[in-house]
Amino acid sequence: MSVRHALLALLSEGPKYGLQLRHEFESGTGEVWPLNVGQVYTTLQRLERDGLVESDDERASGPQKGYQITRSGRVELDDWLRAPADALAPPRDELVIKVLVAQHVPGVDVHEVIQDHRRTLVEAMQRYTALKVGESDDVALLLVIDAELFRLEAAVRWLDAADTRLAQASTKPQDRRQRTSAASHRLGRLARRVDVR
Amino acid sequence: MLELRQVSKVYGSGPTEVRALRGVDLKVDAGELVAVMGPSGSGKTTLLAIAGSLEAPTDGEVFIGGSALSAMGRNRLARLRRRAIGYVFQDFNLLAGLTAIENVTLPLELDGVTMRAARKVAGDTLERLGITELADRYADDLSGGERQRVAIARAVIGERGLLLADEPTGALDSVNGEAVMRLLRAACGDGVAGVVVTHDAQLASWANRVVFLRDGRVVDQTSAPPGPESLLRSGSER
Repeated sequence: MSVRHALLALLSEGPKYGLQLRHEFESGTGEVWPLNVGQVYTTLQRLERDGLVESDDERASGPQKGYQITRSGRVELDDWLRAPADALAPPRDELVIKVLVAQHVPGVDVHEVIQDHRRTLVEAMQRYTALKVGESDDVALLLVIDAELFRLEAAVRWLDAADTRLAQASTKPQDRRQRTSAASHRLGRLARRVDVR
Repeated sequence: MLELRQVSKVYGSGPTEVRALRGVDLKVDAGELVAVMGPSGSGKTTLLAIAGSLEAPTDGEVFIGGSALSAMGRNRLARLRRRAIGYVFQDFNLLAGLTAIENVTLPLELDGVTMRAARKVAGDTLERLGITELADRYADDLSGGERQRVAIARAVIGERGLLLADEPTGALDSVNGEAVMRLLRAACGDGVAGVVVTHDAQLASWANRVVFLRDGRVVDQTSAPPGPESLLRSGSER
């Protein structure tokens, strides 16, 4: 979550005061990401230092100080909006690692581990959906909830696929030692790739 | 409203035997929407067919409104299906040559209610579900989402206390699917017991409780989720 760029976006609409920015940030994100005043002013100071915003009064401070975006700030905002999101970065997913590891732990049923995670994720989805039940007008909130629901759903779908793949794999005749050794090798390789510490 | 006790279902015998359900217990109260989630072949559709009295279990018992289905004769079962149970299917099953309100009145008219009285009840149902504006449009002029909303109205018309839905949003995009689930949830909030079977977690998350089915067995279920404030707390910690 880039508070820096969110503030630039709000200032692109016109000059604003710090408290006003905080209020508009929270209502614009469905009040899901609370922001404290300190964060707002620290970020504004850094933006001013970097020449991306300028304040209207050098002497004033706190709530009296207004800010506006500079030409460089607009360029920075435009670049950020079009830059690929972190979603394209390599996965560093604890859930994936847990399921991969669970296969090899004696006495642990990987399908039960998968089900525990599936239930927890679906319960989280129920809580997000419950927020939607009484709300159909706040578009910002609905967009934020949708984003969380799609993220959680993707994890559930991955668990479903893993469940089926592992069930199919367990019915294939193959020397277990050979399989375990090959899997450990691949797991090590993957762990290095996703930088698991 | 609906209770399955130790319900099992076996298709075929010998080497072709398939055990679709194995000792399933499930209770759904009036006003509650329960989602049954599971992969293909887990027994979801069989469970729904048995809950709706469309198929009989091999073992176990089904109770609707406190009455055991095994004790009912064919006529009483048919009456129960007509009057107490509403079905919603993935492909809507509306009659194309009829308007929305005519489709909604059908179950009542088939049950001997006069057209005038049935139309009054159907109008009330459409109004209660907030889709009065669809009443006079022909089924084949409606979008997929609108058709499914009309199908839900048809499923809950009259005194129906049990609503059974099989992947009701499967053919819809997510926003139209959400409108359908809002309606299903609202219908259950009016005192109907609802069961929706699906493999879709977003759809299931509209339910008050999610039951997980695997290889014909109930393996898990969600507990009552804490309030949404918990999400706002975790959001602030990010």
